[in-house]
Amino acid sequence: MTFINLLWVLLLGSLLGLELIGKVPPTLHTPLMSGANAISGITMLAALTCIVKAEGNLPLLIIGSVSLGFALFNVVGGFFVTDRMLAMFSRKPSNKK
Amino acid sequence: MTLPEIIQFVIDLLAVLLLALGIKGLSKVKSARDANRLAAFAMSLSVVGLLSYYLGTSGIAIQSWIWIIIGSIIGSLFGAILAKKVPMTSMPETVALFNGCGGMSSLLVALGVAIFPISSSSLINQVSISVSIFVGAITFTGSIVAMAKLQGWLSTPGWTQSKVRHFVNIVFAVASLIAFFDLINGNISSIWLLVIVSSLLGIGVTLPIGGADMPVVISLLNSYSGIAAAAAGFVVNSQLLIIAGAMVGAAGLILTQVMCKGMNRSLVSVLFGGSLSAQSTASSSSGEYTNITSCSVEECALTLEAANKVIIVPGYGLAVAQAQHTLREVTKKLEQNGIEVVYAIHPVAGRMPGHMNVLLAEADVPYEQLKEMDIVNPDFPATDVVLVLGANDVVNPQAKNDSSSPLYGMPVLDVQEARTVFVIKRGMSAGYSGIKNDLFDLPNTSMVFGDAKKVLNDLIGELKDLGVGEK
Repeated sequence: MTFINLLWVLLLGSLLGLELIGKVPPTLHTPLMSGANAISGITMLAALTCIVKAEGNLPLLIIGSVSLGFALFNVVGGFFVTDRMLAMFSRKPSNKK
Repeated sequence: MTLPEIIQFVIDLLAVLLLALGIKGLSKVKSARDANRLAAFAMSLSVVGLLSYYLGTSGIAIQSWIWIIIGSIIGSLFGAILAKKVPMTSMPETVALFNGCGGMSSLLVALGVAIFPISSSSLINQVSISVSIFVGAITFTGSIVAMAKLQGWLSTPGWTQSKVRHFVNIVFAVASLIAFFDLINGNISSIWLLVIVSSLLGIGVTLPIGGADMPVVISLLNSYSGIAAAAAGFVVNSQLLIIAGAMVGAAGLILTQVMCKGMNRSLVSVLFGGSLSAQSTASSSSGEYTNITSCSVEECALTLEAANKVIIVPGYGLAVAQAQHTLREVTKKLEQNGIEVVYAIHPVAGRMPGHMNVLLAEADVPYEQLKEMDIVNPDFPATDVVLVLGANDVVNPQAKNDSSSPLYGMPVLDVQEARTVFVIKRGMSAGYSGIKNDLFDLPNTSMVFGDAKKVLNDLIGELKDLGVGEK
């Protein structure tokens, strides 16, 4: 991957992100924010790469591992908490009394 | 392309597609929950893709596995526990904390790669490392400050409301620019300067922002963490990271914009204007109340009993008092008596848009009873009683009538149109904006002073004495 290609990827990814969220009902702002936030924990891939390529370099292994921990805290926590919020919405319409 | 490359490419492609569908689905009520799971699945898929690539090419050393497992277990465990335990009222703080950790992760990766290069370092590499550290540090400290402020651990220091803060932040910004270019030039030791000053910049920018604007800030920081992830993608040469980071960055920006609109604030004034109360002290709108009517819970109960239609306006105060369940009991009683009950939800009710919906849903309020502002506003003239619970600025008629008010132009609920308005409030203190609420002075408004939960509990007792909801 050359740098120019990666720049294209960045550009297209940004445009995609801009397009994806057009109209969001206010109800969903908090869950959406929290869900998007979980996705930003994708840096866990960078942390993994770091650990795999460390080749026995202990400080780098530790930094990578801590970074992976932070990222997964973000990802796992983010998705769970979003699910908890959304579960409250989806339960309502289906079980009317 | 070798086989491992092809496999990773296909998995990455699939992951990107699913992530995009996930974000898209999260913006609709019906599909949101599945979309969230889809996104989670896509994330785990991306990990599988990456690991399978390394297994197929260079292999993964045992030592690496150990550190991967340690990091994963600790991170996931804490994340899952916090996500399960945290009360729904502290959702904004929690999102801020998670977000900060995402930023921290990007920062650490860049730091690690900068100190121990894993590939030949080029100019582009240096730039991406610097960007990743800069944005990651701001995201981290900014989010932590936001969390601390929302939790009430941190108040807004006085000096941050004066012009001094701009000077201080400019100093931090210039210092980080210097460190930034010094680092790109190959002076590795300036990396620590960059970490420190960009962290300070994150604190300096977030600290002056008032509580009411915090959701916007968190949304913006969320966007930053996407940018930090994309920058980390350049550091380790990963397309997937760049795409996902860019998507979150852009989507976060749009969401921030939408939120600003709902609060009638521009992003610039949120970021550089300081808290709203600081601006309003100078304006004419702050003044003394002249015509406050206060009444007892008993009177309130009597009026409610005689009503046909009641609209509840819940606000942040309700969430703080944890009174949403008690509120639900009150409305149940009223409904049993044949009184129509509707909840009017202002777009920024609670502490974050949509936060109030979550809280009420938690208390088992039927989804159909939650009405959004535009839908409920025409109903107020035909309403007998409005109960305002811990809401303030969102029911201030000034936003419509007084063009000199800082609130002017903000969409509000027209509660004053109803026959009787009860405002349940701890005292006469102003709302988040720090602006006087003209509603309290109106002749059809009565104040019921007290903690929301206690008042509602008393109300249940009074309604019981009146025989409401017994049949």
